[in-house]
Amino acid sequence: MSFCGIAGFLQKIVQWLFQVFPGSTSVLWVHNEATRSFATPSSSQMNPAAVITAEKLTKTYGDLTAVDAISFEVPAGESFGLLGPNGAGKSTTMKMIGGVSQRTSGKLSIMGLDPETHGPEVRAHLGVVPQQDNLDEELKVRENLIVYGRYFGLPLSYLRPKADELLEFAQLSDKAKSRVDALSGGMKRRLTIARSLINEPKILLLDEPTTGLDPQARHILWDRLFRLKEQGVTLILTTHYMDEAEQLCDRLIVVDKGKIMAEGSPSSLIREYSTREVLELRFGSERNATIGAELGGIGERVETLPDRVLIYADNGESALEQVSARHLRPLTSLVRRSSLEDVFLRLTGRSLVD
Amino acid sequence: MTDNQLPTAAGTLRAHAPEVSAGRARRWGSFYYAEQVLRVMRGYGWSVFLYSVGQPVAYLFAMGIGLASLVDANNLAAFGGVNYLTFIAPALLVSSAVMTASGDFSYPIMDGFKWRRVFYGPHASPLVPQQIAAGHIMASALKFLLQSAVYFAIVAMFGASPSPWGWVSAIVATVAGLSFGLPLMAYASSITKDSGQFALVQRFIVVPLFLFSGTFFPLDSLPLGVRWIGWISPVWHGTQLGRVFTYGLEESPVLTLVHVVFLLGTAAAGWTLTRRRFVRRMGA
Repeated sequence: MSFCGIAGFLQKIVQWLFQVFPGSTSVLWVHNEATRSFATPSSSQMNPAAVITAEKLTKTYGDLTAVDAISFEVPAGESFGLLGPNGAGKSTTMKMIGGVSQRTSGKLSIMGLDPETHGPEVRAHLGVVPQQDNLDEELKVRENLIVYGRYFGLPLSYLRPKADELLEFAQLSDKAKSRVDALSGGMKRRLTIARSLINEPKILLLDEPTTGLDPQARHILWDRLFRLKEQGVTLILTTHYMDEAEQLCDRLIVVDKGKIMAEGSPSSLIREYSTREVLELRFGSERNATIGAELGGIGERVETLPDRVLIYADNGESALEQVSARHLRPLTSLVRRSSLEDVFLRLTGRSLVD
Repeated sequence: MTDNQLPTAAGTLRAHAPEVSAGRARRWGSFYYAEQVLRVMRGYGWSVFLYSVGQPVAYLFAMGIGLASLVDANNLAAFGGVNYLTFIAPALLVSSAVMTASGDFSYPIMDGFKWRRVFYGPHASPLVPQQIAAGHIMASALKFLLQSAVYFAIVAMFGASPSPWGWVSAIVATVAGLSFGLPLMAYASSITKDSGQFALVQRFIVVPLFLFSGTFFPLDSLPLGVRWIGWISPVWHGTQLGRVFTYGLEESPVLTLVHVVFLLGTAAAGWTLTRRRFVRRMGA
């Protein structure tokens, strides 16, 4: 028996009721006067090319300010990241963009619409990959996609072939008839991404897309996301992985304690806040602090962490030679390029992943 | 790894515009969510059927045929002049819908908000929280109606519904299920931590309602001290109303009206509270 048939039948009954009893209202649907005229240009003074504009966006929970007056713009087709540690306010920002959490103050516009008054219209534009998978575990893999597409009012004639295409894209075709609880973590994540694409969104929100996945699963996922980016989909992603931000983001904001600490492309942030290279030295956890104090003058800056000492220098090898010249013998030494981790350390004095 | 293109670029399939999605979701969102709930139920088709129809049928045999042979040997006047099977059939019909409701509107709500967070999937789509609540309610109501219809057909085969209006009792049972279930749903959607509340509801609310709602004997035969349980019980109001339809129970028309108002009123109040809680909890 087709349940869409039932829904269709019920729709007809209701339509009939409306004809018989015109003017009747029902608890079943939402009447909101503000929503009757969508595409109201609520932000005509804002940049028209931006698909997302936030101005002094703020969210407080009681005394806690989760998001503290942040402003940013995302032009169409850009891959935009929010990088920060857990509890920085990234997910709260994502929920406000997705229209599922209302801001306390400030302005927010998605495709020229305010998510507070035009929630369904805004969400119809978006694909959302939440931090926690919330798939229908009791439904089959393919059915998950179809059911989700129905929430957008998409017809089965579109959804059936579309579901097959998306399963192929997510490399899950051979799992179409499996139950969701039989999938691995990486497969569930890919299914969640496939599900978010069922309405062909131009904007995709990804909250910590690869957290908890093994390296191989992450690379598969990055590859899929990169393809979407190539197709012109605007990606908004939060992450606390520097490598993910460097791989996927054209531009990012570094967020800490609800505030924007810095903004720019990964390479410009590294150029601005760090040196070209970093020399990592380990002297053993007992001696890192004492020896760190003796390293002054080498490179541009010395950062002493509990497990290692970092020397920021444009030339790591010559910095290492200077260390040797002072007769200091590290247990291990490593010269690497600066990363966003270093930018974050410089900006906040803390590591991203504790 | 296959080197497939993203379907959006290569395929000829085109989703309709976001404005169309939003418009349809605003209008039909509740139905779309009901469709999801029905699809999930379909996976459990047989166990749902056995629980919701098999169990009352077992009662019907035990009480309506086994016990009835003793009861009917005495005095039919105690049961308003009808045989015992006819007397308890509408009661079992209503009780069965209420018991199904006690399951459908408790644990699945916790599941939606907390355990597997199934409500948060559609929440990211154009649907709004009140539509998710409405969809869940509509799908359950349809299930109560189907289960009650099958059960009524069995009752009718036993000849326990002499009135031509007997079939209305299936609708009465559905409404009674909502009358009990929707206030429970409002309560369930306010719980953030499961510490056995639903088991308590089952033991201290559902079971007493089942026993003291004029189910197996008329409410009048109970002392006044316990009779009030019936008066606030959707099972009693539903059962009495069902009896009016299946065998023409004689009662004051005012009382009949009270049954209808009680059942619809509690269901409507429960629905309103549920909507409010869903909106507050999911942040509209």
